[in-house]
Order: sequence, then C-alpha cells, then structure tokens
Amino acid sequence: MAVIETRDLTYTYPGATEPSIKEVSITINKGDFVILTGPSGCGKTTLCRCFNGLIPHFYNGNLEGEIVVAGLNVNDQQIHQLARHVGLVFQNPENQLFALSVEKDVAFGLENFAMPRDEMRKRVDWALQMAGITELSERPPHELSGGQQQRVAIASVLAMQPDIMILDEPTSFLDPVGAQKIFEVINELNKKLGITIILVEHRLDLAAKYANHVIVMDEGKVVLNGTPREIFTSEEARLIGVGIPKATKLYQHLKQNGIQLKTVPVTTEETANLLREALKHD
Amino acid sequence: MIEAKDLHFSYPTGIEALRGINLTINDGEFLAVMGQNGAGKTTLVKHFNGLLKPTKGEVRVNGVSTRDVSVAKLARNVGFVFQNPDHQLFSETVEEEIAFALKNFGFEEAVIEKQVDWALNLLEITKYRKTSPFMLSGGERKRVALASILAWDPQVIILDEPTIGQDYQQKEKLQQFILQLNAQKKTVVVVTHDVEFVAECNPRVILMSQGKILAEGIAEEILTNQKLVAQASIVPPQITQIFLELADLGLPTNVIDVHEATKILLDRLRERQ
Repeated sequence: MAVIETRDLTYTYPGATEPSIKEVSITINKGDFVILTGPSGCGKTTLCRCFNGLIPHFYNGNLEGEIVVAGLNVNDQQIHQLARHVGLVFQNPENQLFALSVEKDVAFGLENFAMPRDEMRKRVDWALQMAGITELSERPPHELSGGQQQRVAIASVLAMQPDIMILDEPTSFLDPVGAQKIFEVINELNKKLGITIILVEHRLDLAAKYANHVIVMDEGKVVLNGTPREIFTSEEARLIGVGIPKATKLYQHLKQNGIQLKTVPVTTEETANLLREALKHD
Repeated sequence: MIEAKDLHFSYPTGIEALRGINLTINDGEFLAVMGQNGAGKTTLVKHFNGLLKPTKGEVRVNGVSTRDVSVAKLARNVGFVFQNPDHQLFSETVEEEIAFALKNFGFEEAVIEKQVDWALNLLEITKYRKTSPFMLSGGERKRVALASILAWDPQVIILDEPTIGQDYQQKEKLQQFILQLNAQKKTVVVVTHDVEFVAECNPRVILMSQGKILAEGIAEEILTNQKLVAQASIVPPQITQIFLELADLGLPTNVIDVHEATKILLDRLRERQ
C-alpha cells in the first residue's frame, strides 16, 4: 500500500530561477526502508521537505504536481497535521534542538499533541532509551557533542511514533559503531513497528543491508529507483557517482577480471559467503 | 612541525578532554585522527592553531608555544576547516566568504581576486560565487568552508570531518585533492570517522580514546587490528571485514584496499583452476 505518492512534483524556492526538484514521480509503500541518495545539491533534502509539508507551507515558493502522504494531500494540510504522520530528523541537529534539557526537547512534540502527562513520561523514556541517551536526559542539548545531538534529534522524532520517519543523514557526526547502533535502532522501528523509513544517506556501505528500496536523484530528478541489488550493479549508478559499497565493488572488480560470483552481494557477509564458496569449489 | 608535549586540557565545566597527549607531526605529513565520539579529537586539533590553549603541558608550532602567539598569527600557517560549516560561514556571498581572510591578511586586490577564482574553481563552486552560503546544501557549504581556508594557502591544513555530507564523487575528488596537497609538501591533519576514506588514503593514523592516544601507525596496521578498532568504536573497512571472515581459508587479514583484495583473490582462484 502506498504511503507516499508523488506525480510530476516540481518545486522552485522563492527567488530561485530554477526548480530544485523536477517532475518527481515516485511511490513509497508502507513499511518500506528507503535510501534516498545522489550527489550533494541534487534535491534530496528538498524532496524530504515536501513529504512533511515544510514545502510549500513554510518555505513558500512554487509547488506543482501532486503529492499525497499518509492519505493526505500535502497542499491542503497544515504542517502540524502532517507532523502526526511524518517525523523529520534534520541533517544538522543544531537546527532542530532548542530546549534547555534533552528531556524537554524530546517531550516538545508530545506537549503539542496535548498528550496526558503519564503517557508522555513513558514515551519520552522509551525514546531516550531507544536512542541510547537515557543518561543525558537532564543535559542541555547545546552542550552535547555533534553525535550526541544527533541522537537527541532522533529521540525527539521517535517519541511521536510517526508512521513515516525521514532521516536526513542522521549519523553524519557519529563514529562508525555509533552510526551502526543508530541504523539498528532505525531498522528495529521499521521491522518491529512497521514505521516507513526514508533515509537520506551517502554512506551506503553502512546502510545498504537494511534497505529494500533505493532512490537515486541527480540534478533535481529521480534517475534510478529500485532494489539495492539492482541499483548497485547498474552502470548509471557508477556514472552518477553513487557510493557503491566495497562489498559490491569487490564483486565487480572480480567480474571484470573474469571471475563471476553466483549473485550480486550487497553486504560484507554476502561477499564473504560467495567467496568462501568459490574458493572451496574450484 | 607541530609538537604536543604532555598536553592536558579541561573545559571550564571541568570535563577533562585531553589527558596527556604526546605527539609530533612532521612537515609534509598526512595524519588521520580517529576514535569514538567524545574521545577528544576535535579538542586536540583545536590546539594546533591556538583556538584552545593547553591547561597543562604545551603545543609548539614551528618551535613556538601556542601560548605566546595569537590565533590570527597562527592562522596564517595553520588553516582550520570546522566540522560544521555553519560555525564558520557568515558572509553574504560565497565570494566574499572566501575573500574575507585574504583581506585580513592584507593581500593585494589582484592577488585576492586570483586566489578566490582559484579556490572557487578547485572546489567546483564557481557557479555559486554570488550566492549566499546559507542557500547551499550541507555538502556544498562544506566545500565553501574548505575553499575559504585553501585560498590563503596555509602550510598546515586541518580538516575536521571533511567527508560529512559529501557524495561519493566529491569524496573521491576531495581525496585526490588531499593527496595532492600532501604531495606538495603540505601538512594535512584530518579528523574522521570515515574508515573507507582512510583505507583509500592510507595515512599515518592516531587512534584516540578518552582523551589519550590509544595507538598510532599506518592505516593498514591500525584498521586491521580488530581489538584496537573495537576499543575506538570503529568498524573495520568492508574489505578487511570480508578478509577477516575468510581468515580460516588462509587469506591475509591485513588487507584494506579493494585493488589489493582483487589481486589476492584472483591469484588464489586462478591457482585452483
């Protein structure tokens, strides 16, 4: 079932001469784990802003085409109505956090929903725990490290338990183990709670194994749309400069040298298993 | 040359971020500083251009203690590109941003113009020269921040997480470009979590943990040492992960590069045919 559907979506920021996204027609199904990627400046963040109504309601500008999110026509809805369905974790956590304590920041969205106090308490604790920052609950967000701030930003969106969660490079400031933990949290939200995930990410090596759907944008357009396996082996992806994981690259290098592994691997485990088989068989 | 001797640093809040760092960075060296969030990486490199001064111990840049020189003076030799470009950018246009430091250093108008053009071109942001940096994407802002430092041609370039928000092609270019700076005998210090980036550049690496240096060596040694890597909250490069997985088949476990990996596998597979 489609949870996001756009048709010929084109958007131009106020004062800009050229649209930032052009004729975007995509379908995202409920429960999908989508990686949205493409060169910097290609329109990924702009597209995400359409999903939660920041475009056109906050940024103004000119939006053409159709966009339906969680059954709601974005053009007719206010941001706060969409916010019940769509949570956005900003690329730069400093643009999102503002309260005097982590706990208050995480509770803010729920306060706006007028949630009863007890339930709010539970939700906040749960979100802090899921993001692994329970011990930071009393700290002022602006004193935290970039990585810790990213976790707070995730927790504050998580607390709202949205149907769709959009994360704009949510781990860019985190060390690899920290990033992996966040991806695992996101994966759990996706697999256990059925939350649809849209992850804007360049580091496909870390995220690829969780996704079932990859969308590649270039110069405002959607240029590739398919499963990770399809995208990572396509010549177009290489030409656009999608960061093919090394696990898949090794497969490609071997293929160029006349060694064909049985299937296209997306993760290190898959590559290792295929190699093990090849090394034993021959 | 940059030397840190028994460097300690505590923030006013009392948090001890650096606890006895001893480190020498030679001229023309390429160094990657890695380690978990909060290990003290950024705090350490902020000492190299005097943004922070040691609480105890000292840092010497070209033989002079950073306590005795202003940041403005150190900056001429040591350029610092912040992790978050929004902490650095403030001008109305990209062009003005890049010209700012050059003006402060008192370069002639003609030189400024030439350097600005050069830096815009290098980072592929010429088309944004009249645009406000704040209209640009995160990755593009990062390139503006880098251009504004490179424009005055400092001897030492410190990059705090340069690959964040950069797409693959930009990352490849950045990598070429860092290697090129290094080939020109510039000293390059990169703070990064990006193991794949480090695996491809193979610089000298220092691993930090809890305000101390946990280990140092070339990337190939450090990134393939499972114990160290885990201690520093790093995941080994994908190629290393694959080879570690296949160690029982007699494959080497110290491989970080995809080309080297391909060669080893081809030899093994062909041998068997």
